[in-house]
Amino acid sequence: MIGALTSLLACQLAGEVAARALGLPVPGPVVGMVILFAVLLLRGGEAPAPLGQAADGLLGNLGLLFVPAGVGVILYLPVLARDWAPISLAVLAGTLAAIAVTGRLAQALLRRLG
Amino acid sequence: MTGLAKVWVYLAQEPLAALTATLAAWLLALRLQRALGRHPLANPVLFAVAALAGALLAGGVEYRAYFEGAQFVHFLLGPATVALAVPLYRQWQVVRRSALAATLSVVLGGAFAAGVGIALALALDAAPEVTASLAPRSVTTPVAMGIAERIGGLPSLTAAVVILSGVVGAALGPVVLDLVRVRDWRARGLAIGTAAHGIGTARALSVNATAGAFSGLAMGLNALATALILPLLWRLLG
Repeated sequence: MIGALTSLLACQLAGEVAARALGLPVPGPVVGMVILFAVLLLRGGEAPAPLGQAADGLLGNLGLLFVPAGVGVILYLPVLARDWAPISLAVLAGTLAAIAVTGRLAQALLRRLG
Repeated sequence: MTGLAKVWVYLAQEPLAALTATLAAWLLALRLQRALGRHPLANPVLFAVAALAGALLAGGVEYRAYFEGAQFVHFLLGPATVALAVPLYRQWQVVRRSALAATLSVVLGGAFAAGVGIALALALDAAPEVTASLAPRSVTTPVAMGIAERIGGLPSLTAAVVILSGVVGAALGPVVLDLVRVRDWRARGLAIGTAAHGIGTARALSVNATAGAFSGLAMGLNALATALILPLLWRLLG
């Protein structure tokens, strides 16, 4: 458990350092995800069981981790109220249109390209 | 000071109350989700955020004071993002076969998501800084804030619309995908991860392992693609 958590934090740390040192446009944890993935590929075979358990535990409650940032929406209520029309249209219609288009496109491409 | 006032001061200063409230709100939200038959619209992130935001507003508690405690939960987002490598690795045989189709879908879908946001904002005469804040809304929060800053948006407003878009995508996305008859779990995951980043991925992981892996992949790819392409496009159009 502690070993797996240390691996995750070490990958994140390496990702944060790499993102800053190389001026990458993506955040450290996403670089850390790529690093962990590369390590798993190089090791081959099944992912270590403790790492799998730690990942499943964290990702099983991934939604919870967005709650503190989500509550921060209350800080922007005045801005949201002032520009409510373009914001709600982009958030609602824009997001749902993007899901429909990406889903159809992906299904068509997956059928054609495998 | 009376005993009750002492209790209040303690609760307001220590992180324990905010942390406990966050976890309790999440457990209640999960119970509500189960009670509603796990319908896609019954999104636990939405329930928990609404309950806590309402409580803060009603109690006159400042967000910064709440975040002092809730930051311990927030911190785990980093290692959880790294952990997305595990479901991706488990599904690697499936993902590898469809790597080209997946990458093309995410890049084109991500460009469409940004473009449609800009078009809708322009159509409604939004202020330029609001348009710039809406453009990167489908990308995971830290990246979206960075992009918004570079193209003249307001990072804080971007953070709010990113979260709102994620909740909308997670709650209504499955309904839309049923409507347009996208049944392939890989395509469903790609669509949700591209348009609704981590909040959508959280939902996808809880429904189907394949969809979850593709959603996490799409979230990471779209963050990279949008961060590279959007500032360039913005300069060309502006």
